[in-house]
Amino acid sequence: MSKSAYDFGRASAKALGDRPSRAILHKAIGHIRVLRQRSVNAMPDFPERQARAVAVRDKTLARLPDLLEALEAKVTAAGGNVHFAETADSAAALITKLLADRGVRLVVKGKSMVSEEIGLNDALAAAGIEAVETDLGEYIIQLAGQRPSHILAPALHVSKEQVSELFARKFGRTSTDIPEMTRIARDSLRQKFLAADAGITGCNIAIAETGTVTVLENEGNIRLSASCPPIHVAVMTLEKVVETLADAAVVLDILPPSATGQTLPVHLSFFTGARREGERDGPKEMHLVIVDNGRSEILADPVLRSILRCIRCGACLNVCPVYQSVGGHAYGTVYPGPMGSVLSPLLKDNPGDPRQPFACTHCAACAEACPAGIDHPALLQELRRRVSAGESDPAVTAFSLLARHPLLFGGAAALGRTFDPKLTEVAAVAPESPVGRFLRGRAFPGLSRPFSRRFKSLARRLSRKQGGRS
Amino acid sequence: MEAFLFIPCLVEHVLPQVGEATAMVLSRVGLTPVMPKGQTCCGQFAYKRGRADLVRPLARRFVEIFGDAPAIVCPSGSCTAMVRRYPSLFAEDDPWHARAGQVAAKTFELGQYLVEQLGVTDLGARFDGTAALHASCQTSRVLGAGSPTEALLAKVAGLTLVPLARPERCCGFGGAFSVDYPEVSQAILTEKIDDIVASGAEAVITAEPSCLLNIASALAKRELPIRPLHLAEVLVGGMA
Ligand code: SF4
Repeated sequence: MSKSAYDFGRASAKALGDRPSRAILHKAIGHIRVLRQRSVNAMPDFPERQARAVAVRDKTLARLPDLLEALEAKVTAAGGNVHFAETADSAAALITKLLADRGVRLVVKGKSMVSEEIGLNDALAAAGIEAVETDLGEYIIQLAGQRPSHILAPALHVSKEQVSELFARKFGRTSTDIPEMTRIARDSLRQKFLAADAGITGCNIAIAETGTVTVLENEGNIRLSASCPPIHVAVMTLEKVVETLADAAVVLDILPPSATGQTLPVHLSFFTGARREGERDGPKEMHLVIVDNGRSEILADPVLRSILRCIRCGACLNVCPVYQSVGGHAYGTVYPGPMGSVLSPLLKDNPGDPRQPFACTHCAACAEACPAGIDHPALLQELRRRVSAGESDPAVTAFSLLARHPLLFGGAAALGRTFDPKLTEVAAVAPESPVGRFLRGRAFPGLSRPFSRRFKSLARRLSRKQGGRS
Repeated sequence: MEAFLFIPCLVEHVLPQVGEATAMVLSRVGLTPVMPKGQTCCGQFAYKRGRADLVRPLARRFVEIFGDAPAIVCPSGSCTAMVRRYPSLFAEDDPWHARAGQVAAKTFELGQYLVEQLGVTDLGARFDGTAALHASCQTSRVLGAGSPTEALLAKVAGLTLVPLARPERCCGFGGAFSVDYPEVSQAILTEKIDDIVASGAEAVITAEPSCLLNIASALAKRELPIRPLHLAEVLVGGMA
């Protein structure tokens, strides 16, 4: 792939120019962060819960192929069907064909990042199948013709006023009162639930022991998508499985607090298989699609494997200064923020900017916030190493060579001292040069007479003073 | 007793006053500061670019220069953290691995050395005024030496620390990050400066020279009368 495929630097500079969007993003993220902090503070045993969850995630990854096999057996025994898809495209094609074969025209969808990852909506549209997002945030994004900007809150970057305008345009009805706005969306969505031929949902946790698919939500729309229409298709990436119900409980212990600051979400649904003989509701057909899209390779990588512990809580996004400044769209990938900067380059499709792992200040706020114990800075460092191995970096190489020879290093600094007043002039005449861009918000103090040259006289003064004192 | 000064390149060439204050602080607690010859740079810039191969020769130089030191004291959390990583650059059976480990184990950030190694928090320093503390990510999160900074500042007579809105938030420097992504870096920095201004403090204190330089350069650009100070500079305040 060509290196100029995507440029995070350019996209983020552009995003930074959009002041109203930045203000909305700030307010929203600030709010989620407070909620999370409050709930974590209220749980004195949070570190223990977190340690248990990390252990469960690691145990799961250690025996993933077995668990997937067990999951498949149990789902099948409960009347469901399991499909494995190796790539994003094959996953989208598989689901599209499955639905087209059954004459499906209208699909209701519960929020699912993996369906974004595999580009499902576009694939369905190309096959003439209408797919309606039913999560309120995701619905807003779909109506606006955009992509989600946050893995948890897809419409985080949109203000109440913007939604109100959008609704006015789309439905001819509007309000800025949140309950009323929800009602408007609900009235439109209700029709879709009743008319839909199939429902598609994601999956927060799949339980191998029972063949159960678990989803967390606050609106109830995922539950409706999975149970109203006659066909339910659940899509998951292969690392979402855990071994037992007890293991699922351990993950549930930390996911909602880290995500939205809730102890548990409003709705927690467990779907096992399809409608059985004598049951009055539930889908007649249930399909579980398990997507790989590069994850087997990540699993086989001893250094990077830990990114698969991620439970998609979004906490790392909410504390990341880069994400907070530029928002999710600037990343140009499905998964933004720290987890995305690690995961996206490893995925087969839409890896974004190959230099994404460098777009990080190494502040480590992500690792501190991550309930799954992922050390993003270390993983990004490893990705940087791999990217750098195939590239020359003349400036860094030159600096390192100089630094091996103190005389040359000192000489270069002396040379720099005579030149650095000119940096400001360079910045003035070439504001778009690297120097100009660096100095836009900074007045560089310039190089000084080195400390080591002052040290001798300082040491003399200090020893005199010490001598005099004792 | 002697303490060897590990002076990061940024301090050597841009913020020499921080080096001086560090030497004075060590002298204040009865140590003789020693400045070994031949120091250049710890290699952090190359490390963060993913070029461990370019750091290794610098790590070997560092180990040779500081091998005999009783203790190595550095006025930077990020450079100290880099030296602590040196052993990981060498294979376990490489003799440099063990040598780097010995040197890493006796390398300390200034505040960490004073509080955790010497048990000193009160240096008899005086600073009349209000200040905000910028808890550098590298010092507090990466190195885990945030609380010594706070303990030392708590004992400075006359100093009133005013809270920052988000003390834990990064200032946006990140070494090469600020050159590679100057717009994002400055957007993050602007928020830090806004928080500092909103705090009403007369000065801003940090234990990390790169944050200090970043914040100072933005304060200068905006011509704000807030003094940027390194921890060491505050600790020598009012010293006779
Ligand atoms: S990496 Fe960690 S903090 Fe980020 S979304 Fe995943 S689990 Fe949450």
